Amino acid sequence: MSPELVILLVGICVAVSCALIGCFLLLRQLTLLGDAISHAVLPGIVIGFLLTGSREPLPMFLGAGAFGVLTVFLVDLFLRSRRLREDASIGVVFPGLFALGVILVSRYASAVDLDIECVLYGEIAYAPWDTWSLFGVELGPKPLWVTAGTFLIDLVVVIALFKELKLSSFDPRLAAALGYSPVLLHYLLMTLTSVTVVGAFESVGAILVVAMLIVPAATAYLITDHLPRMLWLASLVGTVAAVSGYFLARALDASIAGSMAVCAGLQFLLVLLFAPSYGVIGRWLVRRRLMRRLSSELLLGKLTTDRAVRAADLAQRFGWAESRILRALQRLEREQQVERTADGFRRIGC
Amino acid sequence: MIDLSSYTLQTVLVGSVLLGVVGGVVGSFALLRRQSLLGDALAHAALPGVCLGFLAAGTKAAWALSLGALFAGLIGALVIVGVVRGSRVKEDAAIGIVLSVFFGAGIVLLTRIQRSEAGNASGLDRFLFGQAATLTTTDVVVIGVGGCLVLLLTALWFKELELLTFDRGFAASLGLPIRMLEVVLTALLVLVVVLGLQMVGVVLMVATLITPAAAARQWTNRLSVMVLLAAAFGGLSGAIGAVASAVVPRLPTGPAIVVASSVALSISLLFAPQRGVVFGWIAERRTAARIRIENLLKDLYRLGEDRGALGDPLPWPLVQGARHQGRRAFARRVRLLQRRGWLARSDDALQLTAMGVAQAAQVVRRHRLWELYLSRRLDLPADHLHRDAEAMEHVLSDETLGELDRLLGHPQTDPHGRPIPPAPTGAPGSSR
Repeated sequence: MSPELVILLVGICVAVSCALIGCFLLLRQLTLLGDAISHAVLPGIVIGFLLTGSREPLPMFLGAGAFGVLTVFLVDLFLRSRRLREDASIGVVFPGLFALGVILVSRYASAVDLDIECVLYGEIAYAPWDTWSLFGVELGPKPLWVTAGTFLIDLVVVIALFKELKLSSFDPRLAAALGYSPVLLHYLLMTLTSVTVVGAFESVGAILVVAMLIVPAATAYLITDHLPRMLWLASLVGTVAAVSGYFLARALDASIAGSMAVCAGLQFLLVLLFAPSYGVIGRWLVRRRLMRRLSSELLLGKLTTDRAVRAADLAQRFGWAESRILRALQRLEREQQVERTADGFRRIGC
Repeated sequence: MIDLSSYTLQTVLVGSVLLGVVGGVVGSFALLRRQSLLGDALAHAALPGVCLGFLAAGTKAAWALSLGALFAGLIGALVIVGVVRGSRVKEDAAIGIVLSVFFGAGIVLLTRIQRSEAGNASGLDRFLFGQAATLTTTDVVVIGVGGCLVLLLTALWFKELELLTFDRGFAASLGLPIRMLEVVLTALLVLVVVLGLQMVGVVLMVATLITPAAAARQWTNRLSVMVLLAAAFGGLSGAIGAVASAVVPRLPTGPAIVVASSVALSISLLFAPQRGVVFGWIAERRTAARIRIENLLKDLYRLGEDRGALGDPLPWPLVQGARHQGRRAFARRVRLLQRRGWLARSDDALQLTAMGVAQAAQVVRRHRLWELYLSRRLDLPADHLHRDAEAMEHVLSDETLGELDRLLGHPQTDPHGRPIPPAPTGAPGSSR
C-alpha cells in the first residue's frame, strides 16, 4: 500500500467514525462533553503506557476508556449535586485531567515515547511507517488497524442500536417510558465516544478529534431533518474534509490534522451560508418572500375596485416607506391584481 | 531547596500570581453567566491570531502576538454569536466548532511557520501549553498593566456587571447598556486569555478562569465576596504552581497551576460550609436523626394517650411496632432518648419521664395544630391530613406555631377530636 493511501484511509476512518458518533452528540447537545472526553483521556493513555511500557493499543484503550467514563461520571456528579452548572462542571473537569496528563507526559516523557506535540496534532504523517507485527507476521500499518477497528465498532453499535439511540436522542422521556434505560444509553454513547477519541488520538490529536466529532455533524444538521440522511451526510463531509485536508496540508507543507479541521470548517461555512432551508441565505430568502406576500395581502385588503388610491396615502396609512408600497404595488400589477390609473392604484375585479 | 531570590522564579511567581488573580475575577462573571466554555473557545481561537500576528509583524514581540490573539479571540466570539443567531446550530456545537476549527487553523499556521523558518519561530509553540520559564520582566509588566486595567474596569462597573449577571431583564429595564456591557465582559475575557497565553497557553487557559471561580462559588452567595475569593484562590494556585514547578524537575508551570486550582476546587466542593458535600451530608444526617427521635417521642406520647396515662410504662414490642423499624435501630434511638433523660427503661417496658412528656407534647402539638389548620383553612378531608402533618411537625418553627395557634383561636382539640397539648410557658403565643 502506498504511504499516501494509508494516510488517506486512516483519515477517512477517523472522520467517518467521528461523524457517526458526533451526530448523536450533536442531537443530544452533548458535543462539549465529547470535547471534554477528548482531553481527559490523556492521563488514561499515559498511565496505560507507563503500566505496560509499550504502545500496544489494548492498554491504551482500557486506560482511556476508564478516564472517559470517569469524566462523564464527574461531570454528572457535580451536576447532580447541584454545586456546579453543566458548563462549569465540564469546564473544571477536563482541564484538570488534561493538565494531569500533560504533567505525566513531561515527567515520564522518555518512558512513554509520546511528546506533547503528538498529543495535540497527532502524527498521521508517520502512520504508514508505524507497522504492526504479530508473531513475526507483518500486518501493515498499526494506525490503520486501530482506526478501522474503531470505525467498525462504531458502525456495528450504531446499526444494532439505531432505534434506541434515535428515540432517546429525540424523545428521551418516551424512550425511558418504553423501558430503554437512559443512563445505560448515555454511558454507552460516552464509552463509544471515548473509544472513538482514543482510536483517533494518535492520528489527529486531542483537539482536532473535536473538529471531526462536531463539525461534520453540525454541517449535516443544517442540511437535513432525517437522521439516516444526516449520518450519511456527516460521513461524507468528514471524508471530504479528510481527503481535501491531506492535499491542502501537502500544498502548504503544514500539519495534516490541522488542515483537515480547517477543511471541515470551510465546508461548515459554505453550508451555513447556502444550505437550502436552514442556511443563512436560504432563511433570508424565505423571510423576504414571506414579507413580500404579507405586504401584498395587506395592501390588497385596503384597495377596492371602484376607487383608486395614491401610493403616498397608502404609505401614510400603513406607516411604511413609500418605496416599499410602490414595490409591492408593482408586484401586484405584474400579477394583474391591481391596475395603475391616473390618480392612483385600483384593484381589478374578478 | 527553593531559592526564592532566583530571578526566574521571582518573575514566574509574580506573573502567575497576577494572572491567577485577574483570571479569578473575570472568571467569576463567566461562571455565573454560564459562559465557562466560551472562555475555552476564546482561548483556543487565540492561537491562529498569535501566528498571524507573527506573520504580519515579522517579529516575536509580545505586542504583535498579543494584538493578533486579541483580534482572533474577538472574531471567534463574534462567530459563535453569529452561528447561534443565524442558524439552528445550538450554542454548545457553535462553541465546539469555533474552538476546534480555529485551533486547527492555528496548528496549520504554526506548523507552516515552523517548517519554513525553523530557528526563528520555534518559540511559538510555547503558546500551546505556556512556558513560564521564558517569561521576561517586560512580560510581567505587561501582565501587571493589563491585569490592573481589567481589575479597574471590573471595579468601576461592578454594580452594573452584577446586575447584568443576575437579572439581565431588570438591568435592561433600568436602561443599562446591556449589549455594551456584554461586549465589555467578553472583551475582558479575551484580554485575560491573551495575558495568560505565555504562562499557561491556550489549551489550559479555561482552568485559570473557571476553576478558581467555581471553588470560590462554594464558599459564599455574595458576588463581591466570591470575586475576592476567586482572586485569592487564583493567586494562591498560581504561587503554588510556580513554586512547585521550580522545585520539581520537568514539571511544567501551566499544568501545575491548573492542578493546584483543581485541588482547591476539590477541597471547596467537599468542605465548604453550607454548600460543601461533607457539611451537607452531616446536616442531612443530623436532621434525619432528629426526625427519628421526634417520631419515637410522638409514638410514645400517642400510645400513652391511648392507654389514658401519659407517663405510664409501655411494653417494648408495642412501641417498636408503632412504625416500621428494625430492632437494633430502635434500641439505638431508645438509648439516645435515655441519655437525654427523656426516657426510662426497664427490661420489658419504656416510660417517658416528665421531661420526655413535655418534649413529646411539643411534637404532637405541632402535628395536631397543622392538621387543624389544613382542615379549617384548606377544607381538606380528615383522611388527607395526617401525612402532611407527619412532615410539617419536624419543620414548623416556634414563631410559625405561635401564629398558627393565634390564627386558629387557641384551639383545644384537633380535627380527629384529640386534645392539642398546650404550649410550654414562655413560648410565643402561649399567653391565653
